[in-house]
Amino acid sequence: MINRRDALTRVSLILGGTIIGAEAFLTGCKPAAPALSTIEFTDNNVSFLDEVGETILPTTESSPGAKAAGIGAFMRTMVTDCYEAEDQKIFLEGIGQLNEEAKTKGGKDFILLSDEDKKDLLISLDTAAKVHEEGKAAGARSHYFTMMKQLTLWGYFSSEVGATQALRYVETPGRYDGCAPYEKGQKAWAL
Amino acid sequence: MAENEFDAIVVGSGISGGWAAKELCEKGLKVMMLERGKNVEHVKDYVNAIKGPWEFAHRGTRTQKMIEEYPVLKRDYPLNEKNLDWWASDKDCPYTEIKRFDWFRGYQVGGRSLLWGRQSYRIGDIDFEANAKEGIAVDWPVRYKDIKPWYDYVERFAGISGSKEGLPQLPDGEFLPPMELNCVEKDVAARIKKHYGGKRHLIIGRAAHVTAPIEGRGICQYRNKCWLGCPFGAYFSTQSSTLPAAMKTGNLTLRPHSIVTQVLYDKDTKKATGVEVLDAETNQTYVYKAKVIFLNASTINTAWILMNSATDIWPEGLGSSSGELGHNLMDHHLGVRASGWVEGYEDKYYFGRRANGFYIPRFRNLFGDKRDYLRGFGYQGRASREGWSREIAEYSIGAEFKEALTEPGRWTIGMGGFGEILPYHENKVTLDKTKTDKWGLNVVAIDCELKENELNMRKDMLTDGMEMLEAAGVKDVTGHDGDGTPGRGIHEMGTARMGRDSKTSVLNKWNQMWDAKNVYITDGSFMTSAACQNPSLTYMAFTARAADHAVSELKKMNL
Repeated sequence: MINRRDALTRVSLILGGTIIGAEAFLTGCKPAAPALSTIEFTDNNVSFLDEVGETILPTTESSPGAKAAGIGAFMRTMVTDCYEAEDQKIFLEGIGQLNEEAKTKGGKDFILLSDEDKKDLLISLDTAAKVHEEGKAAGARSHYFTMMKQLTLWGYFSSEVGATQALRYVETPGRYDGCAPYEKGQKAWAL
Repeated sequence: MAENEFDAIVVGSGISGGWAAKELCEKGLKVMMLERGKNVEHVKDYVNAIKGPWEFAHRGTRTQKMIEEYPVLKRDYPLNEKNLDWWASDKDCPYTEIKRFDWFRGYQVGGRSLLWGRQSYRIGDIDFEANAKEGIAVDWPVRYKDIKPWYDYVERFAGISGSKEGLPQLPDGEFLPPMELNCVEKDVAARIKKHYGGKRHLIIGRAAHVTAPIEGRGICQYRNKCWLGCPFGAYFSTQSSTLPAAMKTGNLTLRPHSIVTQVLYDKDTKKATGVEVLDAETNQTYVYKAKVIFLNASTINTAWILMNSATDIWPEGLGSSSGELGHNLMDHHLGVRASGWVEGYEDKYYFGRRANGFYIPRFRNLFGDKRDYLRGFGYQGRASREGWSREIAEYSIGAEFKEALTEPGRWTIGMGGFGEILPYHENKVTLDKTKTDKWGLNVVAIDCELKENELNMRKDMLTDGMEMLEAAGVKDVTGHDGDGTPGRGIHEMGTARMGRDSKTSVLNKWNQMWDAKNVYITDGSFMTSAACQNPSLTYMAFTARAADHAVSELKKMNL
């Protein structure tokens, strides 16, 4: 059942090895910690996450950014339905922590920062998150920014704008060419 | 003919059941095919087949609710959002794990033929002779020459794409045009061939995809969404292939929601008379009668049905006189992988999503090679270019990061081993009389494990895989011995094995039960050994052969 096994490997490679929330499927017998049934995202959270996502993957000349893919709402869905309770807590608290970082470093709420300041802040958080992932003990939880970045990439490139504008998506290719010419600048296949 | 009376009953509608129904119907028998799950209508019920990835709320992945509801399915890739309907409910259909066994079931018309990996390989005399030569279990009662014409026959109908290679360990077949290796795979194949002096081969997978016109089928469109059902009918499934052929005869009755609880046996004639069915929706019990019965319920469930049958004569069930019913459970052990990245080929890419990969046929314990274990393994894998799920060294956030991710990355190559598991008498399924399912039926208990032979083989799978990739110039090769728990191959086999002697086997050389000559078993349970090739094509060939035998015996009034 080769192709389905391959598909799994492809997905699990996203950002350093694991999909947060889906780890139980790799470890098999690990009991699933139930998700919080009462988790609440506010509309403000969603627009905040839209800004975070848009900073990670902004609108460029060639394609719309993560906000156009509804990335905030996607993160809400995924964290609510697919994350374990502990990860949900880290993610939700992460929204507040990210904003505190903005206030400490930039003197105002994240969404009020200039695009350049938003980017600088997230670059520093990305560095901190990578240090966290590399240093953490086996089984320890991920950094909230790892979660936000992973969900942004996943949500964007599998969205309709991401798959069809930032990438190339052909629903029914009709044929296979295993040695097609490629020129730098051509988009990758969405699937 | 009374309403509940047929010439033949086929229990199960998956790969082998579909074949049994087609063959028996085409030979003029009135056939009842019983399926425990719901109906799935070809094309019409492939509701997710043409959706884009964005049309799935969780982009195909599992939710915590699904993880909670599917304690077994969650252990590997089958638990997903896109085709959850086609995997059996762990809650409705529990089983007992004396040792952990990951049992992934498809309970619907078509069974796992809708979900299978479509890799289709013959087994040859190296495999048929191995038990006898090595003194393992019992000898297969057949040889390749007995089965070859039936492989030819089923391949022509099912549509198997592949390349002829002339390898004794992997007999060639009646192939449709092969799919294409991509340029990196071709390069790696050439380097492996050179490095190992032509003793190891990387070939395109042989897959049950239509690559040239076959009546009633569409040609593969390279969408790689097969497990959502193919609107083109381009891969072999019951729905795309055997069911329409059986229906066309006018001889088939298909009854979904029909859990066969036992085969009814008449001790005076020493024959089966029919089956008892529990309607999964109404809980009503029905009896269907027939002259011949084909059991194709899948390996573990076929054993379960037999263990519930004729218990007044044999306490362990119909077919248990040899003491082998339910024993010798096998699978293929998976989970060992090797991978790395490939330099160059930046000006090459591919078009289309090939639902197939490469295959490295077995090379261990062959042609003079001798290891500290018996048998061997093959690898399946592919080369592809990295997509957006990769690190970009220079950028981590922002426009440049995004633009870099929209282009393909390096070429990578990865492959995983499929190893043979020997038939061990003590690897078995039994009835657990302390536990019942949704319908109040006792469940099976599975007691199966890998042993020293398989564990030793896994060491070779890992080092050989890494060594071959390194020899082919692949960079930063890593290897991983992951989870080899039995069941994860989803190739359950062996619980009603064939043999030459009724004292040591359940079936004779025609897949006919020694204890009831009008019962034929042609799902994976007949396998006397597992080989290391994906087994479904072998089930097809033995099913067609057994159906031919059954009809000829019926005509001779021998059944």
